[in-house]
Amino acid sequence: MAVAVALQLVAVGCGRAARRGLTLAGSTSLQPFAEKWADAYQARHPGLPIYVQGGGSTAGVEAALSGAAEIGMASRLLVPVESARLMAIPVARDGIAVVVNPTNPVRDLRLDQVRAIYAGQIRNWRFVGGRNASIAVITREEGSGTRSAFEAMVTDPLRIAASALVQDSTGAVRQMVASDPAAIGYVSFGLVDASVKALSLRGVEPNELNIDAGTYPLVRPFLFVVTPARLKGVPRDFIDWIVGPEGRELTRREGLLPPRA
Amino acid sequence: MRLPDKVVERALLLLALSSVAVLASIAFFIVREGAPLIYRVGLSNFFSTDWHPTAGRFGILFMLVGSLAVTVGALALGVPLGISCAIVLGEMAPPRARRILKPAIEILAGIPSVVYGFMGIVVVLPWIREHLGGPGASGLAAAVILGIMILPTIIAISLDALEAVPMSYRDGSLAMGATEWQTVRRVVLPAARSGIVAAVILGTGRAVGETMAVVMVAGNAVQLPHSPLDPLRTLTANLALEMGYATGDHRAALFATGIVLFLIVLSLNGAAGLARRRRRPRPRPRRTASVAGVPASERIPPSPVSDP
Repeated sequence: MAVAVALQLVAVGCGRAARRGLTLAGSTSLQPFAEKWADAYQARHPGLPIYVQGGGSTAGVEAALSGAAEIGMASRLLVPVESARLMAIPVARDGIAVVVNPTNPVRDLRLDQVRAIYAGQIRNWRFVGGRNASIAVITREEGSGTRSAFEAMVTDPLRIAASALVQDSTGAVRQMVASDPAAIGYVSFGLVDASVKALSLRGVEPNELNIDAGTYPLVRPFLFVVTPARLKGVPRDFIDWIVGPEGRELTRREGLLPPRA
Repeated sequence: MRLPDKVVERALLLLALSSVAVLASIAFFIVREGAPLIYRVGLSNFFSTDWHPTAGRFGILFMLVGSLAVTVGALALGVPLGISCAIVLGEMAPPRARRILKPAIEILAGIPSVVYGFMGIVVVLPWIREHLGGPGASGLAAAVILGIMILPTIIAISLDALEAVPMSYRDGSLAMGATEWQTVRRVVLPAARSGIVAAVILGTGRAVGETMAVVMVAGNAVQLPHSPLDPLRTLTANLALEMGYATGDHRAALFATGIVLFLIVLSLNGAAGLARRRRRPRPRPRRTASVAGVPASERIPPSPVSDP
């Protein structure tokens, strides 16, 4: 009983805090960028606390539905049940980069080669112009927004091979690719760093120019989801700011692309 | 001051019951969320080998195998190490060494599992990749990390069991000319057997239930591992990996995985309880602790040393 009382106190405390400020929850791909947006927005609105939580796209959608967060963050498209009750606002676009270890001599693949590698049909780097080493395929877990986007754009109608290593965050995929000379993975474009090498796809380098020009094929939307009733006041202003000139500038600086105007 | 005593007693009882209530509500919740799915898709789907939850395939068999393989591997490493360590600490080490070793092992238990996982990524995985081959992330890596993680559990409980063996047993054995090692092997270990079995079972539960470190090093591929160097996925890893983005039946399937896990851990803990209760000498005042007071099953054999 004491536990219940304590929990209730905590819950009441949180409720109050949430009412004073703004809570965002959801996709871990979006979280680091949401924190940057929140910091910059708070700088112009001192005294307005903004809480950014992870949990995953689905948790974000559920939080937006239940009211635990004003804004849910999703890096996947909504399923019909969800889109019936929520508004999805694109706040950014993200390229997905196919990454390998920097020591890997392969620099360029075709999409069908990437598909065959992920489906387990090509198992050795020498078949795609690399060293004689079996490929360590790394993927995200089932249900991940990055994975479902990758499946839709690359591997469909084939299935990702069961032998693929599964990591549960972009950071973990990058870490694994960075440490294994024979690994291949896919990560958010904004999170590519010097520890991995992003492949060009049939000669098209993954960069902002090519994404903007529409020649780089792997691009997905990042969404904020809100119930129509809550799309006013502070949440509305925050979203307007993100898709406005200042927000777009920051989005670009952080390695994402702003939504299509 | 009798009344306040009663009040305190009641309050403490309520607090104690609340932990039971938490356990009951966890059981209720995961069964309510997971059981309908098992019922609907059938056991043949749920215990099949095909895990593709977004396409309606909920087979967890390979993950059961994965959990089993990793646990067996962890025990193969952790049990001999842990019991030897307990013997050294309890029977052989001079008090000075004990004063350093025991707290060190307790600290081992306090290190967060994510740190073990990180050590696995930066030390164990590259080592396996370079010296044994494969992608590094594998059942072997998970077994090594888990083998270390279960050490504190096994050592602490085995040590308790060894310390519960009355001094008179050892004195008797040594008085009859047995060496220190003979005494440990033929007298103390058999007398502490039930406690050591409990230690192993609780270590098993820890290995089955560990999540974070395993997710980080096991590779998590849903497949039948053909060698220790193949990546595999455990039941716990499945829950931790996919819960974040799961909806509908997928989410229910993860709760169903949780039911299986809950049953395994529950039965392991039950078994440990049974092992501990059986054949443990009852605590009794020091004065009456004599060989005559020990149950027949724990009495020292007439001649504990066959070849002096």
